[in-house]
Amino acid sequence: MKRLVPIVIASIVGFVLILAKFIPPIQSWEENVVLWFDILAVFAFVLGGGNLILNHLKKISDRQAGWGFSVITLVAFLGTLTVGLLKIGVPPNEKYLDYVWSGDYQAEGSAFWWVFSYVYVPLASTMFATLAFYISSAAFRAFRANNIEASLLLMTALLVLVAQTSSGPMLTDFIPDDSSYAIFKVENIKGMLVNLFNTLGTRAIMIGIALGVVSTSLKVLLGVDQSYLGGD
Amino acid sequence: MRIFITLAIIILSGGTLLAQQPTPPTNLKVADFVNDAGDRLQLTWNLSEDDPALDGSDAEDASTEDVPAELDNPIIQYRIDRQTSGDSEFEEVGTVDAGIDEYVAKELEQQKYTFRVIAIAADGSVSVPSETASGTPIVQWIDKSKIAFGIFMLIVCGSVVYFIEMAKAGRTLNVRKIAGLEAIEEAVGRATEMGRDCLFVPGIQDINDIQTVAGITVLSRVAELTAEYDAGLDVPTTRSLVMTTARETVEGAYTAAGRPDLYNPDNIYYLTDEQFGFVAAVTGKMVREKPAACFYMGAFYAESLIFAETANTVGAIQIAGTAMPSQLPFFVAACDYVLIGEEFFAASAYLSGEPQQLGSLKGQDVGKFIAAIFLIVGAVLMTVGEFISPGSEGEGSGMFREVILFIKDGLLGN
Repeated sequence: MKRLVPIVIASIVGFVLILAKFIPPIQSWEENVVLWFDILAVFAFVLGGGNLILNHLKKISDRQAGWGFSVITLVAFLGTLTVGLLKIGVPPNEKYLDYVWSGDYQAEGSAFWWVFSYVYVPLASTMFATLAFYISSAAFRAFRANNIEASLLLMTALLVLVAQTSSGPMLTDFIPDDSSYAIFKVENIKGMLVNLFNTLGTRAIMIGIALGVVSTSLKVLLGVDQSYLGGD
Repeated sequence: MRIFITLAIIILSGGTLLAQQPTPPTNLKVADFVNDAGDRLQLTWNLSEDDPALDGSDAEDASTEDVPAELDNPIIQYRIDRQTSGDSEFEEVGTVDAGIDEYVAKELEQQKYTFRVIAIAADGSVSVPSETASGTPIVQWIDKSKIAFGIFMLIVCGSVVYFIEMAKAGRTLNVRKIAGLEAIEEAVGRATEMGRDCLFVPGIQDINDIQTVAGITVLSRVAELTAEYDAGLDVPTTRSLVMTTARETVEGAYTAAGRPDLYNPDNIYYLTDEQFGFVAAVTGKMVREKPAACFYMGAFYAESLIFAETANTVGAIQIAGTAMPSQLPFFVAACDYVLIGEEFFAASAYLSGEPQQLGSLKGQDVGKFIAAIFLIVGAVLMTVGEFISPGSEGEGSGMFREVILFIKDGLLGN
């Protein structure tokens, strides 16, 4: 029963929404389903927040490795939640100046806005910036020319990289634009690699993905694949 | 005498005003908007003679500051007025820029509506209204533009169901070996030998994303293996709903493997919805706890390479699967095994080894075969069409253009 009910609900809702794509008067049902999902997600968010607190409290009480990070996480979580809920520093809405709580919790100048702009955004940007170093290290390993495929990959990558630079096209400037050899200009080779070979490969993958999505969805809707419910 | 002079001024100024009044749009037609829920009407008209678009000028330039030389007072907008059945007055319902000769009236009831269009010139003067036209929205119960796509979808879905039934009936189906999936057992075994955990990241999207669902189905198989091998399993999530689903899945897998005592819900936990906050937490965990095997199965964005490179530095064996084409190169460069696109969606069937699930993979092949036929037909038509009569925007011309558009928009549901 525990498995049957979710499968029946998933099947009915899934097939009705597929049909709705073809029946204009009920096409808006999809929007209603999305709203229901959002409502569920709100309840689940409370569950997630609770799990976060419990998890980190347990780490602190057990003095697990890195428990200091858990303290920082909890302080940051509860602090941000408090300033957001209490709307600390939020200017009142221009229409309701007499009501100090009428402003938006994210309004410029509020404590929540300050935390987001001056703590979260710089931290997230820092994490994102590390990607530059990881790209270099991954490229170093991927482009080691130890076989034919890797050598081709290295040559292709170098060509595209050179063509991307401002001075790259100057390497083949001696080839006139209107000559029959113009396709050998660096920028044209790069264009061909990106627009032709890359697009072809991406589209082939996309077709496979689309069919995979159809197949996976069908298996879930028909109850053939029940592994997401915990087994066969 | 004073009255006479006043009348003369009025007549003269009136004459001037009449001379500046733009010509109205003509031939207004109202038709039902096709393939809708009966709440829209399509309006079309012939542009005003003072519309800059008629003399080849750019309609967007027709502002008071930039008046084309050919027209003293060009049209800058058309105003659409609507009269609902039973009402006596027209009310404005919308405007469109000059050069546009159509408008879709939305959010209508199934009753008669009358429309008129008025041209507005750069100096603010308005034309007399166009002749009126009426129409009633009609409900369409089938979206005819999607019928061909629906048939294509039915064939693909039908073939998937057909092969599932064939497999259930006992037909043997061969599926090629997928290295990335063969390596899962090896990775879990390695983690067991090293006494370290397996880390499973089911993407950073919510459970309504099909990639997350596919990732969770792989998690089920991985959890069964970790239960059998008595290896640790760590599942950080970015969404609360994914956490609850993953807990159900892992609990079921441990029970199915006969080791419900090993299941620990605390190992499947929520971190944060924020992308880089999640990245910081997971990579920090990788560095501190050094998992022996890392699985990335789901939808990933910029964090893909950060995860893979960090896990590489701690010497973990890595298996990734995603349907995000932009992230595949990063995973290919940094991970030991990668499930590319459809391989990722085939993972659950492959790992389960169940005939009915393997049947669905054969059904996909039929879809690929049909797609290949469309590709060949489309490519041949485009090539031949370009030779016979070069068209614009790479869509051929004449009959071929119609066929190509039908394949693109009708069959493939563009």
